[in-house]
Amino acid sequence: MGMAAAASESRFHVLAVDDSLIDRKLIERLLKTSSYQVTTVDSGCKALEFLGWSEEERSNPTETSVSPNIHQELGVNLVITDYCMPGMTGYDLLKKMKQSSYLRNIPVVIMSSEHVPSRINRCLEEGAEEFFLKPVRLSDVNKLKPHLMRTKFKNIMGNQEREESKEEETGIRTQKQQNVGLNKSNAMRKSSDHEGLSLDGLRQKYSGFTVITLLLSLVFSLCFLIFG
Amino acid sequence: MEVGQLQRSFLEYIAALFREGFLDGQFSQLQLLQDESNPDFVVEVVSLFFEDSERLLNDLTKALDQQNVDFIKIDAHVHQLKGSSSSIGAQRVKNACITFRNCCDERNIEACLRCLQEVKQEYLLAKTKLEALFRLEQQIVAAGGAIPILDEFS
Repeated sequence: MGMAAAASESRFHVLAVDDSLIDRKLIERLLKTSSYQVTTVDSGCKALEFLGWSEEERSNPTETSVSPNIHQELGVNLVITDYCMPGMTGYDLLKKMKQSSYLRNIPVVIMSSEHVPSRINRCLEEGAEEFFLKPVRLSDVNKLKPHLMRTKFKNIMGNQEREESKEEETGIRTQKQQNVGLNKSNAMRKSSDHEGLSLDGLRQKYSGFTVITLLLSLVFSLCFLIFG
Repeated sequence: MEVGQLQRSFLEYIAALFREGFLDGQFSQLQLLQDESNPDFVVEVVSLFFEDSERLLNDLTKALDQQNVDFIKIDAHVHQLKGSSSSIGAQRVKNACITFRNCCDERNIEACLRCLQEVKQEYLLAKTKLEALFRLEQQIVAAGGAIPILDEFS
């Protein structure tokens, strides 16, 4: 885990959660092949422990010459979790993360060996970025990059430029809503129209100005969906 | 046997495993993940599968032998076995597990016992064939050759 230089391409850190040892080994290999730094845990509880620890590191930097890239490495950039696990399911983990002000911005991907449309929809509605059917392949792992890049972009912008980055995110979401019409048979794709129509998705994150922008985008998207 | 012959035998053997449905595309995916930095990846994952499966099959045998059969627990074990066999591409084992789960749903002990036998049989077949495949690989490597990849099924 080197002290990655100030290269813009510092490695993304993915936390993989699965109670199956074989599947953990597989996902680890898939992620490492794609040059991600990987941590694997075997339960939702351990995932939250790890995330809590790494978020604390992020918010309490030690002094001296600690570069932002160190925190990038300690922090988790994406969580990929199995759905069916004893105790805390992947869905429970997703919910807990979305309820946490620290963790809600970490993209979450759910994996499941069973194709249950209601399960997929529930996870996407709760905020999962993607839903992969197992066994997961390299082509699935390739889909993670955009979600990681989007989070990295938001982090780089920082607090001062937070307004602009939220509007950028809105633009991306609106674009995704337009794409849903073209891609409607793909059960794996995030259900952007659900997200776009859900006021819960707006929550307390946005300022008044951005809320208006978002609402206008929603109206636009609705019109597109009805007439497009 | 010279390397070329060994490699040809290997390719014929693995092609037959795919043709006969013992292995599916997921096994090819495992092979794609093996490289110089992880030269034993496939063997390692398949070995984990053997250990895991034997434990689960033992648990299933015990569970079906109980006075009061706990179908929920049995279903959970079969679900796990189905998952791991699917993850390594052991197609016939996976399919036998799917049938087994249907019997669990019906709560039919006799049918479950038959399904367990079927799963055990498929597992033993898969194990035998995979071990033979790995032995062929070892022979190729010992003779100084590279293990050929059959990529038409990925």
